[in-house]
Amino acid sequence: MITYEWLYWLAGAFFAFWSILSIGDKRIGNAAFWGLLAVSFFAGTHLGDLANGVLVLALVVIAGMGGLKRSDPETTSPEERSAFSEALGNRLFVPALIVPITAVAGTLLYNYTPLNGTGLFEERRETLILFGIGVVIALVAAMVWLRPPLLAPAQEGRRLLDSIGWAAILPQMLAALGAVFALAGVGEIIGGFAGDMIPEGSVFLTVVVFALGMALFTMIMGNAFAAFPVMAAAIGIPLLVEGYGGNPAVIGAVGMLAGFCGTLLTPMAANFNIVPAALLELKDQNAVIRQQIGTAVPLWVCNVLIIYTGAFLLWN
Amino acid sequence: MNEAEMATNYWPLLGIALVVIGFALRFNPLMVVVGAAVVTGLLAGIDIIGVVEALGKAFNDNRYISVTWIILPVIGLLERHGLQQRARSVIESVRGATMGKLLVIYLGFRQITAALGMKDIGGHPQAVRPLVAPMAEAAAEKSHGELQPEDREKVLAMSAATDNVGLFFGEDIFFAIASILLIQGVFESYGYPLTPLELSVWAIPTAICAFLIHSWRINALDRSLGRRTP
Repeated sequence: MITYEWLYWLAGAFFAFWSILSIGDKRIGNAAFWGLLAVSFFAGTHLGDLANGVLVLALVVIAGMGGLKRSDPETTSPEERSAFSEALGNRLFVPALIVPITAVAGTLLYNYTPLNGTGLFEERRETLILFGIGVVIALVAAMVWLRPPLLAPAQEGRRLLDSIGWAAILPQMLAALGAVFALAGVGEIIGGFAGDMIPEGSVFLTVVVFALGMALFTMIMGNAFAAFPVMAAAIGIPLLVEGYGGNPAVIGAVGMLAGFCGTLLTPMAANFNIVPAALLELKDQNAVIRQQIGTAVPLWVCNVLIIYTGAFLLWN
Repeated sequence: MNEAEMATNYWPLLGIALVVIGFALRFNPLMVVVGAAVVTGLLAGIDIIGVVEALGKAFNDNRYISVTWIILPVIGLLERHGLQQRARSVIESVRGATMGKLLVIYLGFRQITAALGMKDIGGHPQAVRPLVAPMAEAAAEKSHGELQPEDREKVLAMSAATDNVGLFFGEDIFFAIASILLIQGVFESYGYPLTPLELSVWAIPTAICAFLIHSWRINALDRSLGRRTP
């Protein structure tokens, strides 16, 4: 049976590669950070909780001390890229499409044909495992087709990864925070008194409070990912899922999107809202946000209605 | 209220406040998150070793979220061979359209490519500043004559806004993206196992609403420019 463990070995190999290339580039902080992540992927299952915890602390210390730098591996010039783009045409999109097609078609094929009985994949893990397979196929296809230097995919990947930096593990860290909140019983505590504040049995009002909380926390923090474990622990799971029996998939997915409406409204999300205003040399640094209000507010209302309809009216 | 309820320990909620304050004050987010996790665990009565163990276990259990980065070599290799330039050619091919039509097409293009996992096609430095914004401005001037400075600002800002809306409400349809897997991870730790596809299909209704609402607003801006010019 193919399990996540296989996928972790694949990812571990990628991160180990990036770590080694960072050493060659004299970026020791990057090498240590991606190297520790490789260790986590290769050995996390066997390290034990305490060692994994120490590894997390080490990652945070490296990131917190500003140990991660952008990298600039050798690549093609803008002129060469334009020439490639002319010569290769829209076929350039094809290798990128291999990944989602492999994963989605593979998942459907696996679940709705006799393959399902074979137990080839770990239960509920087939889509992400197929994503990994799709990446390998796309990489091989692109290498055979484009014939770049052998190290090119690793170096180009490293450029992109180093431009993301420590933010690459923020979602994983936030999910871990969610798990610690669960362990500490945060949901039960809030569920206890939020249940007293919101009129008994008003599902719709609770959905509004949940979606509003996602948007407001996102506006304050500038990051919907950070708002999610907080609001899931506070209202999404204890009240909407457990209290009122809502569909967890809708509450989770659309709750996050309600948070994204908040991202459109806040100068805290500088990369999306403030940086473009500067890039376009606009006089008003909030000009982009102003244009987004008229979309974000009605869209937030849509999200409330989608949660209420999809998670409750259609589900029960 | 019985005795057990009266004794509820509210202190772990301080961890939530720490996340909010830490992000708002722009501390390194990884430090904020781990700091909040440690404080929450300690206040819930877990000792420091226990907290580090809990954090280590939770991080380890959620490794699949960071697996998504293995797609970077594929994207990087295609960028090396002109993927961004190709995306620009696609956008440029609608030259001659009105501003409304141009931005609506860009919105759809951005949503669809993001939904297929190509969320770095487009973006403010790569596409909006060099291409989408100047094209939108030129198209608006072609229809409505020279623009007042404040109208010009609106057109440029709307171009940037269109990129954001297209990205935010397209990317979650792609299942192997951090936000979807973060949702999965959080629900799993509370005992609700979900699959990435179960979650990502629920991004589709919002994506359609976003397209309709924002398209209507783009066209409303185009019309309002027409009314203002003599």
